Amino acid sequence: MRNHSSTISKGIDWSLIWIYLALVVIGMSAIFAATYQEGDPFLQTFLAFKTDYSKQFYFFLIAVVVGFFILLTDSKFYPASANFWYVVGLLFLLLVFPFHSRIKGTESIIRIGAFNFQPAEFCKLFVALALAKYLSRPETNFNLPRAQLLAAFIVLLPALMAILQSETGLALVYFAFFMVMYREGLPAVIPAIAFSLALLIIASILIPPNVLAILLTVVAVLLIWSSRRQSRRRRQLFTSIILVWAIAVGIQRFAVPLIFEKVLQRHQVERIYNLFGKDNPYDPMQNVLSESEAKKKKESGSSYNVRQSKIAIGSGGFFGKGLLSATQTRYDFVPEQRTDFIFCTVGEGFGFAGSMLLLGLYLTLLLKMITIAERQRSVFSRVYAYGVFSVFFFHVIVNVAMTIGLAPVIGIPLPFISYGGTSLLTFTMLLFVLIRLDADRQMVLR
Amino acid sequence: MAAYNQSRSNIIRLAVIISFSVIVLQLVYLQLVDRRYKQLAMDNAVYAKVIYPERGIIYDRKGRAILNNTIIYDLMVTPAEVKGIDTLDFCRLMNIDTADFKKRIVEAIVKNTRVRPSVFKPMLSQELQARFEENSWKFPGFNLVERPLRIYPFNAAAHILGYVREADKRDIERSQNFYRQGDYIGKTGLEAFYESVLMGQRGVQYMIKDNKNRIVGPYEKGEYDTAAIAGRSLYTHIDIELQQLAEKLMSNKVGGLVAIDPRTGGILSMVSGPNYNPNDLSGSEGSKNFSRMQLDVSGPMLNRAIAGKYEPGSTYKPLGALIALNEKVISPAYGYPCGGRYTLCGHGKPECTHAGGGHAANVRLAIANSCNAYFAHIYRLTVDNPKYSNVYDGYLHWKQYMNAFGLGVRLGVDLPSESAGGIADTSIYNRENAGRWTSCTNLTLGIGQDKMQTTPLQMANAMCIIANKGYYYTPHFVERLENEQEQDTAYLNRYKIRHDVLTYIPAAAFNDVIEGMSDVVKVGTARGAQIEGIEVCAKTGTAENYTVLDGRRIKLPDNSMFVCFAPKENPKIAIAVFVQNAGFGATWAAPIARMMMEKYLNDSLSTRSKADSARIEAANLMPAYFKRLQYREDSIRAFKWFQTTRDSAYIERYTEIKPVASDNSLVVAQVRNSSTGAKRSRPRIPAKPAAADSRPVFAAIIPERSLLFKKGSIQ
Repeated sequence: MRNHSSTISKGIDWSLIWIYLALVVIGMSAIFAATYQEGDPFLQTFLAFKTDYSKQFYFFLIAVVVGFFILLTDSKFYPASANFWYVVGLLFLLLVFPFHSRIKGTESIIRIGAFNFQPAEFCKLFVALALAKYLSRPETNFNLPRAQLLAAFIVLLPALMAILQSETGLALVYFAFFMVMYREGLPAVIPAIAFSLALLIIASILIPPNVLAILLTVVAVLLIWSSRRQSRRRRQLFTSIILVWAIAVGIQRFAVPLIFEKVLQRHQVERIYNLFGKDNPYDPMQNVLSESEAKKKKESGSSYNVRQSKIAIGSGGFFGKGLLSATQTRYDFVPEQRTDFIFCTVGEGFGFAGSMLLLGLYLTLLLKMITIAERQRSVFSRVYAYGVFSVFFFHVIVNVAMTIGLAPVIGIPLPFISYGGTSLLTFTMLLFVLIRLDADRQMVLR
Repeated sequence: MAAYNQSRSNIIRLAVIISFSVIVLQLVYLQLVDRRYKQLAMDNAVYAKVIYPERGIIYDRKGRAILNNTIIYDLMVTPAEVKGIDTLDFCRLMNIDTADFKKRIVEAIVKNTRVRPSVFKPMLSQELQARFEENSWKFPGFNLVERPLRIYPFNAAAHILGYVREADKRDIERSQNFYRQGDYIGKTGLEAFYESVLMGQRGVQYMIKDNKNRIVGPYEKGEYDTAAIAGRSLYTHIDIELQQLAEKLMSNKVGGLVAIDPRTGGILSMVSGPNYNPNDLSGSEGSKNFSRMQLDVSGPMLNRAIAGKYEPGSTYKPLGALIALNEKVISPAYGYPCGGRYTLCGHGKPECTHAGGGHAANVRLAIANSCNAYFAHIYRLTVDNPKYSNVYDGYLHWKQYMNAFGLGVRLGVDLPSESAGGIADTSIYNRENAGRWTSCTNLTLGIGQDKMQTTPLQMANAMCIIANKGYYYTPHFVERLENEQEQDTAYLNRYKIRHDVLTYIPAAAFNDVIEGMSDVVKVGTARGAQIEGIEVCAKTGTAENYTVLDGRRIKLPDNSMFVCFAPKENPKIAIAVFVQNAGFGATWAAPIARMMMEKYLNDSLSTRSKADSARIEAANLMPAYFKRLQYREDSIRAFKWFQTTRDSAYIERYTEIKPVASDNSLVVAQVRNSSTGAKRSRPRIPAKPAAADSRPVFAAIIPERSLLFKKGSIQ
């Protein structure tokens, strides 16, 4: 490419492209390891588009072509068409409802011929563009709550649709955009509140409700007692402490059970509880099952995935078993291992060393993205760069953490590694638009 | 933009680095610290498949395989692959109904899931197998899997060869977990004794399995596999044709028969009655037949030839004569004026079948005529020998002779569970007689009764000692092993040692006794055992015996016994035949032994013998009291079953009076009067005072039907 066109390559950050290629190669070899069967006619199936690794290879070719075209475009194209793409994305999301396929309980996929197309995946790009567009408008003052609310609306509207398509995992990704907003001046209190809320929810999972209520009350009383000297703002302080206490108790006693029981689906609640090594107390079957049945259920349920995944990764040791000798991943012990659990294949086949290499690539990529974002002169590019960073960050951390039992099982792919055309294409486009914008970082885009 | 936003980029960087650190720490723990996962992954994915070697083959003395291996087929089903088959057609083919078909499929799914094969019908008969193979294309999801099976091509020698069964908990424990669940192990006979030779060495094949436990292929291309080594074969002294003849003659009789080649100690034939077809325990009906035989009171699984204890009766007499001659308490010319009974102990016993006429004028005549008084007397002379200080001392010397003859000790045949028989120690007589006893107390030891118990094997071996004039080789079956190794010497060396136990007895004494035994056949009690052209030496025996049935001691017909060897010069075969409750030794046991000798020495039967053999084979000498015993055992078992399960299915037919089909009025009469004895032995059964007398037999054992139903809660 470098020789091909010196005008295009001007200003392009090649390090990103090398990292990109390295990740894709690792991904394809991992998919190969996970799906190759002994004695497959390698070349034949490869050309015939029959195996997953060959499919992924063709997806990669398409992605490279698309990426190349993106590099050919003019940077001004993106801020100019951002709103348009956002609307197109929403339309596609709506199209899912009449046209979705029913495979594997996934209602978010449109089938076009041999291709499955998942708009919720694509929409990340459009949301990143739209958010960048909105925040970079000269008339937007992000310090105003109104602007913050609108930005949140732009981000959460596709998330809502994804939830309606039972794609909770993809929906959660959109929450990553709050990192962008934080960078752009969202009051620090909001992440703080979100963090406390998360702590409270975890506490209400781990601690029996009544004990937790008593603990919260004790803390509130102690706070009031310790601050009794501040006579001036006493009343105000008392009211706020009592208000916070009431909200906290209300959430842990009523909101959390309500959400777990009514809003979330049973398997989701189960995954969250399994993460903390507990049985789902909201499962109506819990009391009916005998001990052995419960054990059986546990072994086959979502905790089975995580357990097998941990076995696979753990058995890899330092240098791994070699790609095709990885028994766990090669013989289907880990479900979904070519898509969401692909990290197992790397962990088992290449061991700790391989995992470190992969994580090192991701870490470099993510830190590089922040650096790129911060060197942009135009707000549009910076916000977009942070948007891309947030999406990658969320995907990488949550995906890897779930395979090693640190996060609940959320079905989101590992960028560039997991099998899947839509996801490869989406991440490629996200990255290459960033590269394009970065190449023109001297330009101020509106 | 406000300046503080710049610093937020650093906070975000920090968040990235912290998140990655957490993940790296967890990976360090999983991949480097915690070693459990490696093992878990192995357990998950690698399956050690045990490869069973072929068991060794057992050959007879002419190299005919009498225990061999064959392949039988199990019909397997993989439920997920059973699609679109004509169930009705299949059921007709397999002789099952559709309900049964469904049940088996469901069982298979429950046991091994849909995707893994399970046994649909184990061990197909040849006919079913052929029928299925012809039509197998119609039934996807079903296939045949071979499994090795032991077969006995001559349908003979069940007690010698023994059988294999799956190793049970005890076997596994005893072998310190060498055997595993599902392994076959020799349980009795040569199969058990030579287990380590016959079994060979198991191989292991490591296989990769997938998440549904399906075998995918070899692990690491079989690098860690070990090949199975086939078991080694046994070459035995058994003459299978002789064995078949012996089994034919012993059919429907209780007892034991042993034929030994005195020159080597090799056992040519060994039969225990009642007998069974060894193939019944192998193959598809094996388990059923096994439990049936185990519950049979006649004990078809018991090898009476080595474990049956019988009073030898008159067959002991040649031994008694040899001892007396060697102790010089008599000379060959010693005679005893027998007047029909032995009077010197004051009670006129034992009686003798002959009276006067000089029938015990010397040793030779006494043996030929089997004079009870003579042998009782020379027994007394032996133990009261003034050479020894007292009768106790004398008795111990006599016992030493007995042990030298192999009586009262285990010979060490290569079969498990050999009995030592029994020659009482002085301590037993001391205890029973308060320390004061004389040679009159155990006088009948002189005629092979009292506390003298021998196995047919021991008596056959004693004949070998006489035939060899003082020495023997430990009786054994196996002559050599296929490709013998250093450690096998432990098995076979002891059978190559000549035991010169009694060679110090002068040859003259042996010759006198042997002449006497020859006369037994020529002119004495066993003229029926004469064989044209062969000089046979023999001794008949008849022993009274009793049994306790329903608490009463009843007299049973006499045991018929016969010991012999032939020919007189250079003996080639020694035989002991014991037939329980048959009558005189000369009537049943003698002709059986004669035909054995004819078959072995002449390789064919004479016309007279052919007729005899048909008669003997047809004779059913099974003791009648077995029927009563069986009925009692069965009804007790049914009652216990009812007690524990409240299931009346088995007990119902015992609650009605059905007379025992009887051909022995004596036994039945005994039975009818024996209710009191039975009641004592079964205290847990509710007593029924009024009905006990009106219901002669069964009331004592089985509570009345109405009582059962009142007590139990059967609907």
